[in-house]
Amino acid sequence: MPAPTDRLPFELYRTMCRIRAFEERVGELFVRQETAGSMLHLSIGEEGAAAGIGSAMRAGDSFTTHHRGHGIFLARGGQPDRMMAEIAGKRTGYCRGKGGSMHIADMGLGHLGANAIVGGGIPAVVGAGLSYRRLKKDAVSVAFFGDGAMQQGILYESMNMAALWRLPVLFVCINNQYGMGTRIDRASANLAWDLRARSFGLEAENADGVDVMEVRGAAERLLAAAREGRPGFLAVSCYRFYGHARMDKSPYRTPEEEEEGRARDPIARLRADLLAGDAREAELDTIVEAAGREMDAAVDFAVAAPRPEPGELFEDVYGPDQPAPLPVRRRIETILGGGVAR
Amino acid sequence: MTGMSETTYRDALRQALDDAMGADSTIVVLGEEVGRYGGAYGVTKGLIERHGADRVIDAPISEAAIVGAAVGAAMTGLRPVAELMYVDFLGLAMDQLANQAAKIRYMFGGQVGVPMVLRTQGGTGRSAGAQHSQSLEAWSVHTPGLRVAMPATVSDAYHLLRHALTLPDPVVFIEHKALYTRKGGLDPAAPDAPWGRAVVRRPGRNVTLVAYSRMVHSALEAAAALAEAGIEAEVIDLRTLNPLDMETVAASVTRTGRAVVVSEACLTGGVAAEIAARIQEDCFDWLEEPVIRVAGEDVPIPVSPGLEAASIPGAPLIADAVRMMLP
Repeated sequence: MPAPTDRLPFELYRTMCRIRAFEERVGELFVRQETAGSMLHLSIGEEGAAAGIGSAMRAGDSFTTHHRGHGIFLARGGQPDRMMAEIAGKRTGYCRGKGGSMHIADMGLGHLGANAIVGGGIPAVVGAGLSYRRLKKDAVSVAFFGDGAMQQGILYESMNMAALWRLPVLFVCINNQYGMGTRIDRASANLAWDLRARSFGLEAENADGVDVMEVRGAAERLLAAAREGRPGFLAVSCYRFYGHARMDKSPYRTPEEEEEGRARDPIARLRADLLAGDAREAELDTIVEAAGREMDAAVDFAVAAPRPEPGELFEDVYGPDQPAPLPVRRRIETILGGGVAR
Repeated sequence: MTGMSETTYRDALRQALDDAMGADSTIVVLGEEVGRYGGAYGVTKGLIERHGADRVIDAPISEAAIVGAAVGAAMTGLRPVAELMYVDFLGLAMDQLANQAAKIRYMFGGQVGVPMVLRTQGGTGRSAGAQHSQSLEAWSVHTPGLRVAMPATVSDAYHLLRHALTLPDPVVFIEHKALYTRKGGLDPAAPDAPWGRAVVRRPGRNVTLVAYSRMVHSALEAAAALAEAGIEAEVIDLRTLNPLDMETVAASVTRTGRAVVVSEACLTGGVAAEIAARIQEDCFDWLEEPVIRVAGEDVPIPVSPGLEAASIPGAPLIADAVRMMLP
């Protein structure tokens, strides 16, 4: 049995292959019109960030993500079948089909929620940090967001609070170079984002997302600091291989740029590194094939999964045993029947 | 403490926080000036000494992050009371309230709730100007997932806040700045009614006045004036706007046949319109006159005291509306 550190690159390779296989199938599922809507944001090209940081977090740690968060959730233990079912709007999905791709969450795995508002999920980790301190829980809460959120005020309110109160919090920017169709240099007056974080008193590092081991190393250092009450910021640079969402053909960037960007592939990079060591092609192929089979099964699960019942529309607006909304049809019937519609 | 005693709206709120924090160690208070300063209106005065700075947390002036941090804390085991110094500041925090706090339970399929209270205060009466005097309850009432309470009395200030701090969902708790010094009786063991039920503050048979927050007192004043002319107005205090107790309202209007909805908020698109629409739906066959709204003028709130007072309903306008309705 090799030492765990020797197996780590293989584990990261497996995680990244699983993420890519998952995302590719989400794209196919959309083409087959099996997804709930078109709000799908794939993280292909960003697997190094998800795997590198996700693997460095511990059980009990929590996190929020942006709208491009499938990979992060997978890296934190999300089950592909229940994720795929959620993306398809099915009842056996993580959120019973009500959240979908952009609002997936699982309290059991510490996933405090994906968010469809740029920056919207960031301050929740400040609150989680307050909870962990008050409840004396040894845990870190990590906010994952894209480069677009670097221009949102809520990030800086949250950074300031985390630093001011020395909370066990880590802010992670997965910089895929584009906020929808706007490249970072057209959105940000100064791209030295680590300096912004340092100016609040946060620990800050940059990592190259094409190198998952580099990401992992930075994440380990910053998570360890956060656990000791020194919150941090990590910017991971990568390239969004495809459009903003499934309908986006990326007219705002050139094929040459895309080709160059897609050459910055964290999976291909790690594979080359592993083969340069003592890994064998067949061993790595086995990992890729297993990931493909796992995600095929997740697709089958999602397609076959039941849709929510109509009555579930009114469930979980409020907590258990609390007054629930009255359906409009029932209101009308009550009113015209001479009753009082609560 | 048991039995009835006289106190103020402000002290009743403070006592509610103090008692709730004593009973539930997961409650924390988070907001601007809630600690050492004691709250802009003095509601949290002394709580930091009694419960410590890690439970009464002075936050920077970052309304969005205060509400957002409360959301995250509520999802991970605390029961935060976030204070928004003025309800007008909701503009800064609305994403965290409406897109996060209100929707998390639903979006996530019921696996987690957001048991937090957003304490804030609104309304006119202190010449605080257009950005510190509004009545913005409609923003929250129009957002499924939020409960909304607006206490009018000392007893409700205590009991509605205590109850809000037991609920599984986010509660927007809107106090009125002109009520803080108001005196009244409080029995911590005996609420006026259960949460979610309206209370008839004065019985009458000729017309129903439906009000909440400070306007309950203006409606009572109008009812007293009308009584001198032999007109008996029933005054209903809604207490909570979500849940909204239309049963109590309809029981009254089906007896009186006339309804006036009184709200300090500006008229158009307001909560009074929602209540009026529901009265029309529920009591159509019993109505002798159109349901009338007596609400704030559709203007920003001016500073000059005379203009400010003229921008919201007073007892004379409420009483005149009733006189105009009666044959």
